[in-house]
Amino acid sequence: MDDATRAALVQYLLRCGDDRLVLGHRLSEWCGHAPILEEDIALANLALDLIGHATLLLKLAGETEGAGRDEDALAYLREAIDFRNILMAELPKGDFAFTIMRQFLFSVASLYQLEALVRSTHAELRSIATKALKETRYHVRHAGEWALKLGDGTEESHARAQAALDALWRFAGEMFLMDEADERLVRAGIAPDLAPLEPKWRAQVTDVIERATLSVPASGYMQRGGRVGRHTEHLGHMLSEMQILQRSYPGAIW
Amino acid sequence: MAARPDNQWPLWEVFVQPPGGAPFEHAGSVHAVDAESALQNARDAYARRGEAVSIWVVPSAAITASTPEDVGPFFDPGNDKPYRHPQFYSVPRGVRM
Repeated sequence: MDDATRAALVQYLLRCGDDRLVLGHRLSEWCGHAPILEEDIALANLALDLIGHATLLLKLAGETEGAGRDEDALAYLREAIDFRNILMAELPKGDFAFTIMRQFLFSVASLYQLEALVRSTHAELRSIATKALKETRYHVRHAGEWALKLGDGTEESHARAQAALDALWRFAGEMFLMDEADERLVRAGIAPDLAPLEPKWRAQVTDVIERATLSVPASGYMQRGGRVGRHTEHLGHMLSEMQILQRSYPGAIW
Repeated sequence: MAARPDNQWPLWEVFVQPPGGAPFEHAGSVHAVDAESALQNARDAYARRGEAVSIWVVPSAAITASTPEDVGPFFDPGNDKPYRHPQFYSVPRGVRM
C-alpha cells in the first residue's frame, strides 16, 4: 500500500470509528434515563455494539497509521478538532424521539455501508464489517420499529418525531459526502462509493417515514464539517466528560 | 402506602430455547406494547450472550396458572403412590438408559 492510500485509509477508519464512538457515547447517556427499563437495556446494548465497532475500527486506524497510537489513545487522547465524525452523531441526545430518529437515519446508512464493505479488498476491514453488519441489522429493526410507533402513535409522539426529523434532516447529507481520500479508496476497492448508497438509504428511510404518517422534510442546505474536524460546540463538552478519566489519570486501568 | 396503579406496558412471559435443541425454558418477563417489541426486549434482556437460538413471547394474561389452593388436590395425591414411578421392574441387559 502506498503512502497516499495508507493516509486515506487512516482518515476513512477514523471517520467510521468516530461516528460510532460518538454516537455510542450519546446513546450511553440514556443509561438509567430511558422511558422504561426494557428500553434502557436496549439502548445500552446499542451503545455497547457501536462502541465495540468503534474499538475495532480505531484499532485498525492506529495500526495502519503506525505511529504507536492504539484505540484507547485515539478515543481518549484526541482533541475535538481531530475527531472525524459526522455532526449528526455529536448532537445532544435530545428527547427519546430525537434519539430514535437519529439512530434510525444513521443505522440504515450504516447498514448499506457495511454491506458494501463486506466486499472490500482489505481483509481486516472486511472482517470488521461482517461482524458489525449483523448487529447493525438489529439496530435498523429496533429503531425502525420505534420510528413507526412514535410517528403513528399519539399526537404528542407524532409531533416530537416530526420535530426530530425536521431538526436532523439537514445533518443527514453528511453521511454520504466523499472527498479525495474516499475516492482514492474506492479506486483501490477498499471502501465503497457512497453515491449509489444514498438513493437506497433515501428509499428505505422514506418508506418508514411515510408508514409512520410523518413527512419527509424538504431537502435544502446540508450541514457539514465533521469529516474535516469542524464540529459543533457540543462535541467538546461531550469529550470533556468522555475523556476525563484518561485525562486526569493517564494510563489508568482497573 | 397506597397501591400505585400499574402504568407499565402489558407484560409478556419469555421462553428461550438454549442452543443444541434443548426444550424451551421460562426465562422471565418483559413489558412491551406489542409482540414485535416484546421479542426485541426479550432478546435484549435474556438472549444477548448466546443463551438462545429461539425465543417465544406470550402475553402473561394468556397463561392460566394453578393457584396455591390447588396444591393439595393437584399434587399431594402423588406423594403416597410410588408405583406411579416406573421403577418396579429391572431393565433388561443391553437396554441403554
